[in-house]
This record gives sequence, structure tokens and C-alpha cells, in this order.
Amino acid sequence: MNSQDFQLLSTLVRERSGLVLTEDKVYLLESRLVPLARRRGLNTLEDLAGELRRTNDEKLKEDITEAMTTNETFFFRDNKPFDIFKENILPHLLKARAGQKTIRIWNAACSTGQEPYSLAMLLKEESAKLTGWRVEIMATDISNEVLEKAKAGLYSQFEVQRGLPIQLLIKYFQQMGEMWQIDSSIRAMVKFEKLNLLDNLSRVGGFDVIFCRNVLIYFDNPTKAKVLNQMRNILAKDGALFLGGAETVLGICDDLKPISGLKGVYTPAENGILAAS
Amino acid sequence: MASCLIVDDSKVVRMVARRILEDLNFDILEAEDGQGALDICLKGMPDVILLDWNMPVMNGLDFLKQLRLSDGGGEPVVVFCTTENDMAHIREAISAGANEYIMKPFDRAIIEAKFSQVGVL
Repeated sequence: MNSQDFQLLSTLVRERSGLVLTEDKVYLLESRLVPLARRRGLNTLEDLAGELRRTNDEKLKEDITEAMTTNETFFFRDNKPFDIFKENILPHLLKARAGQKTIRIWNAACSTGQEPYSLAMLLKEESAKLTGWRVEIMATDISNEVLEKAKAGLYSQFEVQRGLPIQLLIKYFQQMGEMWQIDSSIRAMVKFEKLNLLDNLSRVGGFDVIFCRNVLIYFDNPTKAKVLNQMRNILAKDGALFLGGAETVLGICDDLKPISGLKGVYTPAENGILAAS
Repeated sequence: MASCLIVDDSKVVRMVARRILEDLNFDILEAEDGQGALDICLKGMPDVILLDWNMPVMNGLDFLKQLRLSDGGGEPVVVFCTTENDMAHIREAISAGANEYIMKPFDRAIIEAKFSQVGVL
């Protein structure tokens, strides 16, 4: 593909999602967008770029952006963050929020829902400690397509075998033909909403915990800084931000500090969460 | 090096599983039915057993029940790996003492995920 077409498509995706596509990612454009072009009766990416120039179609722009975002996820991905949530963060919040008995969790870029549902199952397993508490899990993504799948809570045999312990499959899933559906009691614990992380985030309200794992790696530094600063503003002073294993706030957002001993977890106040526990 | 006993009547499945597990640094033993697996276990318990369900001579479930009754038979981590992919079979396997359950077809990602869940990786 020629560099004008590449520019057109990569600029569109970058402006809309923050996703940075360098010239070495042409293969990614091809593998993700050629199927989209074919569905519209077009043969090549050149044709797709031409169509975009000619029509300036909003739906097409949205479809291109959605197709380029990465949706890989699985239940209890990396395990460790979920252990930290259960063993460190939740006990802290149970003490610190004993007055209002409310905990708000935000799953940013939740993809097809495995991460918020992992948290929901974890909280269900801990429900003895949460009697009388209101725990809200908000899960957002830029893509309508993944949100529809997330809401349905329907997963393939392959998906339920990546990260989900068999005991939890037995407890919280029903077999639906070839697929497995997570219980309505777990689905009801998660509120899914469409949200672009580049938009103004103040409308989503304040949170005690934010999971934003393996998202920032796709952004350039100014975009990372913008998103992190917004998250910091809506995260409780003693709250916890979970990032992915290859991500950090260091040198990007100085108002968030790593919590010592808890890898991948950050808090607005220095040692906020530890000082309070 | 941890040892893993692969029990499956299909030579192809044993070969595929062996490749994945050797790559994950397991010492591999093989049996083609439950009786063969039991003979191996009674000589020396492996650390992990990857277990098919439907096999001639002695099936996986009968093997598992006998294993758990034998001396030291509570030790090995048992991961079922079978085409029986309905909830009734899964429940039966877990209540008979299986630690995890893989529904075929499997790949390296699934084996790795399941083995790390039961703490052998």
C-alpha cells in the first residue's frame, strides 16, 4: 500500500483511539482491514482508503477504528493482579470504606469481558465479607462489537479454558451447545458501557480501583500521560490503579506512585494504600 | 525435573502432548490405557498425570479412582484431557479427584494455562 493511504488510515485510527501505528505495522492493517474491506465489496486496502476519501462515512471510520484495536484477553490474565486485589486491595478497602460500604471498580478497555467477570467471580467468592456492601463494576471499551459479546457472556470452549479454573467453570457457567455462558448473577454485577479513553473521563465518576491493563502499551507518551492524568483525577486518594506487566507510570505521570511490594499497582498518594492499612 | 505421565490410547495425541510438555521441561512417561498407567504409578508416582477418559482395558475415570485409593496415590496432580466436554462429565471427574480438566482439542496455550493453575508450572 502507498504511504498516503497508510497515513490516511493510521491517522484516523490514532485520532480516534490513541493507537499508534508505525510503518512496520502495515501487516497489521492488512490482516485486520482486508476482511472489513471485503465485507463492503472492496478488494484491497487501496480501495478501502479510496472509499473513505470519497464518502467520509462515519460508520466506516468507526468500523476501521474498532477493527484495529486489539481485543486479546482471558480470564484471570496473569493471575497475580487478581491475587493482589484479593489479598491486599480488597482488605484495605473493607477497612477504609467501612462507613459508606461502597466500592467502585472500573475496568478500562474490558474487551470481551473476561477481566471484569474474573473480578465479579472473585468478589462472589468473597461475598461472606461483603454482606451489606455495594460493589459496582463498570467495564468500558471503545468497540461496540466486543461490548455486545461481553454483555452476552458467551464464550467458546477455547476461551473458557484459558485462565479459568475448572471449579469456577462448574460453579458459574452453563453449557449452551458449543458455547459456555456465565451466570446471570455474575453478569448482573458488571455494567458495560461504551467509552473512548481519549474522551473526557470525569463523567464516569470516582473509583476506588481501576484496571487498565495492556492498554497504554499501544499509545504514544503524550496520550499515555493524558489518560493517566485523567485516571488519577477520578481515582480515590488511597485507590489502586492496575497496569499491565509491561507498563509503567514512571516518567509519564508523576502523581501516581508505585506501591512497594505490589507489582503493577499504582496509587495517587505516596504509599497511600499502605499508609492507610 | 518434574515428571508427567501422559495417558491416552491415541499415539498421535501422546506425541503432540509429549512435544508440548517436553518443551515445558517435563520428564515424560507414557501409557496407552488406565491399567498401563496404574502399573507405572505403583512403581513410582509421577508429579503430574495428563489423563484421557475413553480408553480400552481401563478408562481414565476408573484409573483415577484406583489411583486415589492407592498408597501415595493422592500425590500426583491429575489433569483430565478428553473429548468428553459436558458439565456432567466434568463434575464426575472433579468429584473423583481430578485437579483440572482440559476439553479437547487442546493446544500449548491451554496446557500451559491449566498446568500453571494447578501449580506445576
